Amino acid sequence: MTVQIKQAAGALPDDNGHFGPYGGRFVAETLMVPLRELQEAYDKYLSDDDFLNELDEDLRQFVGRPSPLYLAERWSAQLGGAQIYLKREDLNHTGAHKVNNTVGQALLAKRMGKTRIIAETGAGQHGVATATVAARLGLKCVVYMGAVDIARQAVNVYRMKLLGAEVVSVASGSKTLKDALNEAMRDWVTNIDDTFYIIGTVAGPHPYPAMVRDFQAIIGREARAQILDQAGRLPDALVACVGGGSNAIGLFYPFLDDSDVAVYGVEAAGHGLETGRHAAPLCAGRPGVLHGNRTYLMEDDNGQIIETHSISAGLDYPGVGPEHAWLKDAGRAQYVAISDDEALAAFHNLTRVEGIMPALESSHALAYAGKLASTMARDQIIVVNLSGRGDKDIHTVAALEGIKV
Amino acid sequence: MGRITNCFERLKNAGRQALIPYVTAGDPAPAVSVPLMHAMVAAGADIIELGVPFSDPMADGPVIQRAAERALMQGTSLRDVLAMVAEFRRQDTGTPVVLMGYLNPVEVMGYDTFAKAAAGVGVDGVISVDLPPEEAHGLLTALRGQAIDPIFLLAPTTDDIRIEKICAVASGYVYYVALKGVTGAAGLDVQSVADKLAQIGRHTGLPVAVGFGIKDADAAATVAKVADAVVVGSSLVKKIEQNAGQSDRIIREIADVLARMRVAMDA
Repeated sequence: MTVQIKQAAGALPDDNGHFGPYGGRFVAETLMVPLRELQEAYDKYLSDDDFLNELDEDLRQFVGRPSPLYLAERWSAQLGGAQIYLKREDLNHTGAHKVNNTVGQALLAKRMGKTRIIAETGAGQHGVATATVAARLGLKCVVYMGAVDIARQAVNVYRMKLLGAEVVSVASGSKTLKDALNEAMRDWVTNIDDTFYIIGTVAGPHPYPAMVRDFQAIIGREARAQILDQAGRLPDALVACVGGGSNAIGLFYPFLDDSDVAVYGVEAAGHGLETGRHAAPLCAGRPGVLHGNRTYLMEDDNGQIIETHSISAGLDYPGVGPEHAWLKDAGRAQYVAISDDEALAAFHNLTRVEGIMPALESSHALAYAGKLASTMARDQIIVVNLSGRGDKDIHTVAALEGIKV
Repeated sequence: MGRITNCFERLKNAGRQALIPYVTAGDPAPAVSVPLMHAMVAAGADIIELGVPFSDPMADGPVIQRAAERALMQGTSLRDVLAMVAEFRRQDTGTPVVLMGYLNPVEVMGYDTFAKAAAGVGVDGVISVDLPPEEAHGLLTALRGQAIDPIFLLAPTTDDIRIEKICAVASGYVYYVALKGVTGAAGLDVQSVADKLAQIGRHTGLPVAVGFGIKDADAAATVAKVADAVVVGSSLVKKIEQNAGQSDRIIREIADVLARMRVAMDA
């Protein structure tokens, strides 16, 4: 097992972007050469000191890294089990982990001479993080967003516009994140010469899953050093929410060789896995091909992608990063699901007990960590990725409670 | 020799180019697809590309996206599309039929099951838009086992190395995407198409079809001067949208567009 995990952490994906049977490049021919060029540029700058120094400087001075690893003492005491540490990605500039990746890809875009940035977004966090770096670098920015998501994330839409981005409403298909991704791909294929597509999660055609993972892995590298410093040992478990899976892989990746650290990815069970109204492809889907990679999907018996449901727009996606599919099959990570109601309870609980308002996405991880902690001993440790802050969700939460803000 | 290769040989001997219409199966309704296919052959189509609807058509423009949505609203599945080909073959055993779509419906059915079923109903070629040769080994093996031609796309961005690699695994014909963009886009540049076709011709003897952005009879005739085949899709599918619910009129107008293209190409 250990040898295989080392491969998972060190050698994958292979040259064509495969994590075992998952990943790859399933795109129209027009994109194959641009993807190869992106791969070559990425490989080059990953070992370029100037690039890495600039990235490091941006992460410290613009994003505000390192983010703290915070021991949630009152909440842990309330649960009466393991000690829970929160990796505070909510404290990053723009309020979520997404900016770690957009800073990296935007620097790459600049090095490649691209003048126009496009992105897809669900909850709007990746769109905001992309519009932010585009504003800073003076690049034109277009963000594709499903019409349904635009309606439920009005604050983030306005933030993107304030930052100078054009937000394009996508009215095809289910009008959510997957359709925004389709539309961004169509833009990219049309404007390939001057445009860089910043994908926000660890999905899409190679090299995106590996590249986004590498930019997000700073979460796990910091957390590993911090827990060794603060607790004197590695944690017993890691917990993170999984939509596409970028915050989760970012936390997990630097720990994959630590075989005593259990790894839990938390999907959105929506109204419940048994209802079919969820967004949990790893827990309740099966492998297929969508958006440039082979991975677990929510699909019907005819291979059509089905509509997903989650209270959290950022988890409302029918696919998942191919490395998660691989980690599931390899048995290195366990994938579980948390319902809308459980996530909402965790949102309220953390806000009241710790004075930290989590994003609804992150609330899924918190809800599972709470369940897990109470089955563990007081001298055990869980690290949860608090991937984003909840300010963007207050309208959703208020509406559910019949309150007009 | 398969129906596709036969078709191109016959046309070559006659000094003509193939006219290849694309329509999405099940649009506007499953019952219209087979009569529409026969009408297109009568109007001068040499090969038919029959679209398999998919929920997430990343390479298609809005016209064909909406066609897929209409077909899926009526439950058109890959199995239904195969049944349509079977029905078409009862009257027409000569015209090649190529299925065009995305990989996932085929992946879910299983490559071998699909290839056998497709061969059984008389499918001649398969285009999977999101399947480059690097990922195609499994499907290629299944298709070749049933003598179905795997047809691949070439694009303006495709370099010599890739042209060589793609043409080495393709058979029947190759499909050159005439512009950087989605189906139905504007901005067709005939000179750049001609240059690229010359480049492709240095790597393969396969016939080259050109599609994406060919809107009318003039464009079809111009492209036919440099290509072996002209593919027309969005401008036909638009007729379906413009005449919603009137299947006789849809069939008549699509046949009319094709007949005009046929005349212009043969002039």
